[in-house]
Amino acid sequence: MRLFKARSLAFALSASLIALGAPTVASAQAADGKGEVNVYTYREQKLIQPLLDAFTKETGIKVNVVSASSGLEQRIKTEGANSPADVLLTVDIGRLGDAIDAGITQPIKSAVLDKTVPAQYHDPEGRWYGLSMRARVIYASKDRVKQDAITYEELADPKWKGKICIRSGQHIYNNALIAAMIAKHGEAKAEEWLRGLKANLAQKPSGGDREQARDVAAGKCDIGIGNTYYWALMKTSPTQKEWADATRVILPTFADGGTHVNVSGVVLAKNAPNKANAMKLIEWLAGDTAQHMYADANFEYPVKAGIKVNDIVASYGTLKPDTLPLAKIAEYKKAAANLVDKVGFDN
Amino acid sequence: MAHASVSDDGLPHRLQWPRHLLARIFLMVLAAAVVAPLVTLIVIAWQGDDEIWHHLWTYVVPNASIDTALLLSGVALLTAIIGIGAAWVVTAYDFAGRKTLSWLLPLPLAFPTYIVAYVYADIFDAAGPVQAAFRTLFGYRTAAEYWFPQIRSLPGAIFVMSVVLYPYVYLAARAMFQTQSASLIEVARTLGASRLMLARHIALPLARPALAVGLSLALLEALNDIGASEYLGVQTLTLSIFTTWINRSSLPGAAQIACVMLLIVIALMALERYGRRHHRFNVSLRRQRYVARIALHGRKGLLPLIVCLVPVALGFFFPLTYLTIQVVQRGLLTGFDPELVRHTLTTLTLAATATAIAVTLGLCAALAVRLIRDKVAGTCLTIAGIGYAIPGTVLALGLMSPLVSIDTALNSISQFFGGPRLGLVIAGSSAALIIAYVTRFLTIATGSAQAGLSRISTEIDDVARTLGTKPSGIAWLIHIPLARPALGGAALLIFVDCLKELPATLLLRPINVETLSTYIYQYATRGNFEDGALAALLIVAVGILPVIRLTQFSEVAPAASPSSSASGT
Repeated sequence: MRLFKARSLAFALSASLIALGAPTVASAQAADGKGEVNVYTYREQKLIQPLLDAFTKETGIKVNVVSASSGLEQRIKTEGANSPADVLLTVDIGRLGDAIDAGITQPIKSAVLDKTVPAQYHDPEGRWYGLSMRARVIYASKDRVKQDAITYEELADPKWKGKICIRSGQHIYNNALIAAMIAKHGEAKAEEWLRGLKANLAQKPSGGDREQARDVAAGKCDIGIGNTYYWALMKTSPTQKEWADATRVILPTFADGGTHVNVSGVVLAKNAPNKANAMKLIEWLAGDTAQHMYADANFEYPVKAGIKVNDIVASYGTLKPDTLPLAKIAEYKKAAANLVDKVGFDN
Repeated sequence: MAHASVSDDGLPHRLQWPRHLLARIFLMVLAAAVVAPLVTLIVIAWQGDDEIWHHLWTYVVPNASIDTALLLSGVALLTAIIGIGAAWVVTAYDFAGRKTLSWLLPLPLAFPTYIVAYVYADIFDAAGPVQAAFRTLFGYRTAAEYWFPQIRSLPGAIFVMSVVLYPYVYLAARAMFQTQSASLIEVARTLGASRLMLARHIALPLARPALAVGLSLALLEALNDIGASEYLGVQTLTLSIFTTWINRSSLPGAAQIACVMLLIVIALMALERYGRRHHRFNVSLRRQRYVARIALHGRKGLLPLIVCLVPVALGFFFPLTYLTIQVVQRGLLTGFDPELVRHTLTTLTLAATATAIAVTLGLCAALAVRLIRDKVAGTCLTIAGIGYAIPGTVLALGLMSPLVSIDTALNSISQFFGGPRLGLVIAGSSAALIIAYVTRFLTIATGSAQAGLSRISTEIDDVARTLGTKPSGIAWLIHIPLARPALGGAALLIFVDCLKELPATLLLRPINVETLSTYIYQYATRGNFEDGALAALLIVAVGILPVIRLTQFSEVAPAASPSSSASGT
């Protein structure tokens, strides 16, 4: 028994040494060559890693990554002056707003970015820039939905009663859509709309975007609401192809506007220790190589003009993004969340 | 100060009190360390957010409370039925396959709950194979044409969580049933008690303390969950903390819900303690016999076999088979991601280190309380166990500030002496993760150590002290050997829990560090968790050995020599 104890103790000690030593080793490796850049990301690492690898290959700058699904602004804020974060990559305009509100950003001053990223997709003061776009669209049953065009407002029409599937109203993608509705029509009208949509749901909101397509495929509902790239991902997945095949994407519009679009974007951390490299990375992400990867590997709409949209995404039809400034949507984020609670959308 | 006279072993007094003082300081520091993240939480909650609080109280909290209460009651009921039932069957009866079952039954513990939620949703959803077969069989065209139980629902969540979490209750109940003295049962039998009466009036009351521990572990685990609840569409309080923080953009609001929730948990725990304040069962020091199992042969043995096989199948073999099929179908083995080896090693290292530290601290704390024997010490120990009641995300949020403060202080010290800027040595390294794991799972160690020690009468200590043995000597010679099975069990439970931990790991992990559970999660968030199936199987594979070992620790042969003569091993 003694032996067992001694052995496990030795193991635990050496293990803790390795664990504690790991970050030190990581930073030591980066000391040589072109240096490094530390990326905190909400974008899933599997999505973003190929881009970062390509960046390293091209520039020799090592990229270190922390990915999480929430709380990174809070982490950077708490880490304060000693924070290793250089760059924060996020999805959703609301998150970009949160980063600014948390006071963890500094202006990205770049003539290159101002030229490539359209004004609608970056902060007027340059605190955030969009890198890619996605639209919130309809996955309609091929068999049971005949119409080819639809408005977001129409989703509250009683003719869809028991026919709509959607994930939680508190999910950031839906939150932004509801916020856009408030920005366009005011809170009272938006509430009426949300109640109407709620009344049309086939089931309690749950699952993710893919599950909505899956439920349409199984006939649980006629239309599901989801993001553009999910449909393309299903279409190219051997096990999920049938869900995509049972549905088609309709690009909905607001009654008086275009399709609701959200961005994935980037901010530069206030205390970025590797600012120069961070700037290189940000500009590279808005450049041709990265923009093509956003389009073809992730099935997103590139933010840079002139980059070709992937064929599957192009098959949805021509995207006509709504012109409402994204900053406006971010403003109504909290109101949208409160509205979801008020109408008991998820209950 | 009754203990002062007991510890009077002839040493000069000035040498005597510092020893107790050290133990006291240790306990207080430990309690303070666990409370530190809570203090951060309270500070954040204190910043207030009146507007949101009114909104939360009107629209969010009532619903979330009801959902949470229903979820927890459902899980409590189901885990208790499965856990206690299975434990009683494998302890009281002998039938073909009993031995194998007794180590199969805890295996669902190796699965992260949300993975099992995804698996069941895949299988039982409208598009899943079960409903597809149902449609073909009865000639329905679409899922809208018939009623089928919805897996993405509250009952679905209760089911999924119960089949994963029942082992906590099972393990506790089994350990208790096994070590119950035969004499009580035999006396009852001679007095004409039926088997049911035996279970109700003798076995269950005796097992209550352990059941309380097992059930509270299962329930706190259910309460801590975010992944499965969100996916299955259950609006729990934990989920509303999360959405309040992220979507309602109110960290103070989130912290306030967290504080309220914590108060409820503490109140429930206190109530449970109060409820069993008069129940103290010491195991007799004399050699004792354990209850002999009733042998069931042939067809009679079939019923217990099936009763025990069902939970194992639902909680373990079903998800296991499904994930294995995914791994094969998706060619995850041929396209093996070499990084997975590194992630597995990282996960193992982190879990092993945290386990070693947690068990050591837990044992020392339990020993210190035993040495001091007063209320303050006991309270410190209770406080040190509060980490398990804090949802992982909240714990991680609360830990960040204190850790960064320590780092800032270290940096100032280093720079004061002309040293380099150290950066975030603790908050930015794996130390943060290990601290989070230890904080969260310490209660398993202290609880088990205390349970293990409580079976040793304090009279033994007193006798040893009068014979001139120092407290450290008693600990080394008597306490640790006797509490070893309990400690081993705790170690393995903590290890498996660390392997599965997700929310705190996500938020606190250092740069470039990936554990198996964060690896799976990145697929799950993309709605493609099946691509992480191999990593999920790796967690299970790494977790299975400890779980099997855990069962062996609690395995006691009937009529064998009691644990109090364990010195020979």
